[in-house]
Amino acid sequence: MILSIASGKGGTGKTTVALLLAASREGTIIADCDVEAPNCHLFLRPKWETETRAGVMVPRFDMDKCDGCGRCVQYCLFNALAVAGGTPLLFPELCHGCGGCLLACPREAVSEERREIGVFRTGVATMNIPGQRLISGLLDVGTPAAAPLIKTMKKQLPHDADIILDCPPGASCSMVAAVAGSDYCLLVTEPTPFGLHDLELAAGVSGMLAIPHGVVINKSDGGRGDEAVEGWCAAHGVEVLARLPNSREFAAKYAAGMIDGEYREAADTLWRRLDREYRRRSDG
Amino acid sequence: MVKELVIASGKGGTGKTSIGAALTALAPAKILADCDVDAANLHLVVGSRLKEAHDFFAGFAPVVDEEACLHCGRCTNLCRFDAIEDGVISRPLACEGCGVCAFNCPAHAISMVDKKAGQWLVSETRHGLLVHAELGLAVDNSGKLVSEVRRQAKSRAEKRRLPLIITDGPPGVGCPAIAALTGASLVLAVTEPSLSGIHDLERLFFLCHHFGVPVAVCINKADISEENTRAIVALSRRERAPVVGEIPYDDVFREAALTGCTVMETGSAALTGEIRRLWLAVAGLLGVEPGKAAAWGLERLIDRLGGRRGMP
Ligand code: SF4
Ligand code: SF4
Ligand code: SF4
Ligand code: SF4
Repeated sequence: MILSIASGKGGTGKTTVALLLAASREGTIIADCDVEAPNCHLFLRPKWETETRAGVMVPRFDMDKCDGCGRCVQYCLFNALAVAGGTPLLFPELCHGCGGCLLACPREAVSEERREIGVFRTGVATMNIPGQRLISGLLDVGTPAAAPLIKTMKKQLPHDADIILDCPPGASCSMVAAVAGSDYCLLVTEPTPFGLHDLELAAGVSGMLAIPHGVVINKSDGGRGDEAVEGWCAAHGVEVLARLPNSREFAAKYAAGMIDGEYREAADTLWRRLDREYRRRSDG
Repeated sequence: MVKELVIASGKGGTGKTSIGAALTALAPAKILADCDVDAANLHLVVGSRLKEAHDFFAGFAPVVDEEACLHCGRCTNLCRFDAIEDGVISRPLACEGCGVCAFNCPAHAISMVDKKAGQWLVSETRHGLLVHAELGLAVDNSGKLVSEVRRQAKSRAEKRRLPLIITDGPPGVGCPAIAALTGASLVLAVTEPSLSGIHDLERLFFLCHHFGVPVAVCINKADISEENTRAIVALSRRERAPVVGEIPYDDVFREAALTGCTVMETGSAALTGEIRRLWLAVAGLLGVEPGKAAAWGLERLIDRLGGRRGMP
């Protein structure tokens, strides 16, 4: 099963939930897709085993063949090209690697080359969940596009293990790239108006991608905020699968990089419910 | 010149919006901007009343004329994003709008149309005018929408001769964050003393230095881990970023959000005092008038006594 863990906004406890789930079932792989700010490795202190640079293809211009006609520039819908002094100029951070300019050039002056955008590493945890396998991506700072790195990284994942994807926050391109193709999406939220507002957005994306989803309320205190989230879930037919209590003590332990044993029970229950949901959907 | 203060955080959940909102309650004359266009939240705590909504278009989407399509499969082969199958946009969310299918269709059956990518909004709030936005679900281009929000905020600040824009920035260090902080007068990095907080702050420092934007630091939940707080102070000193606030852990942030208020309106004297000091330091760095911040306690008392109704 590929289980993605998402939330409209950051800081709701996605990483915590991912780590809790991994801790309670052996043989899982955590894939930290929050490539702008990966955190899982901070809790796992992995011994890195492999490192792969990820890249995208960007055009390269052969100035012996190019006559500066500018067709490639007109073609590029992302404004990644300009003509300067009769030669095409690329703004690589705007290029989507669509290959359009290659097709547009009448003189075969365009070829492609790889431009590196980040790195992903695989390793085995030495702390908190010793032996836990982790794959973690890191976008080069100043590179705007996270989605291609996430996609490349996801292609490397094995098919025969339970995969837990720690997804980037938000409800836009990089979150879509991470969540797409998963069997189930767990939406972690906080019982505040911020949390609920962002949950609505994240649930909207899961819905558009036709991925079944359920909710984990983190920092739950059974108060007004919980009621609002539960009310919204009930009204939209989304199940609340688990509640993790709000605790300053837990926040302090988290700050020190530790996962607490007492939450493992909650994680076991969550796995049982996820397995049941997953089976129900794949049978039906 | 209008000064722009951008509240940023290496990642979400550090209390960026809550602290930003508290500052908006203190700053005297300003425009508010919410550049967290993926998940705008500021309007939830400053009591916003929507005044204007404008569609925001960015990028293109293919539209296929089914009758003209020859089902030749050329578009399927050329699309690098697996979004189209023989003239049917089979995975619209995967489409990047590059136009390769349209430009190379032998039957000219595909046209590229402007894509609606969201809306930008203007609202009246308890603490001044707010420019914010809603990015469409699963849409790219948040950087452009961020720039639009900033442009609108700036022109309105200039028109009203207001000296300051307070911007709630997007989390992270990706394209929306870059779009929000380039050219800003000051970035206030709101961080928390956790391992991930320190790590994210390092990346934010790198980004700010890269774009040459001055940065100051506010440590939220500073009392959760003394050790990590000290580490942040040391890191900030190395990076020449002054630490201008250390806010204690307080559940009142949640309470305030639940009641749709800023913590200045509900918090304890100790907490509001700390935030007031934070604002005075930030105003000093920005070189703007701190206003009545120092007298805030009195003002709040008047509010409590029912004075708010009588004030303009
Ligand atoms: S590959 Fe596509 S996006 Fe990149 S420059 Fe060429 S046309 Fe533009
Ligand atoms: S289309 Fe080809 S020949 Fe014309 S400017 Fe571009 S690269 Fe040069
Ligand atoms: S390339 Fe044009 S004609 Fe061919 S299948 Fe695609 S849309 Fe139809
Ligand atoms: S516009 Fe580009 S991404 Fe979209 S279907 Fe056409 S070729 Fe594919």
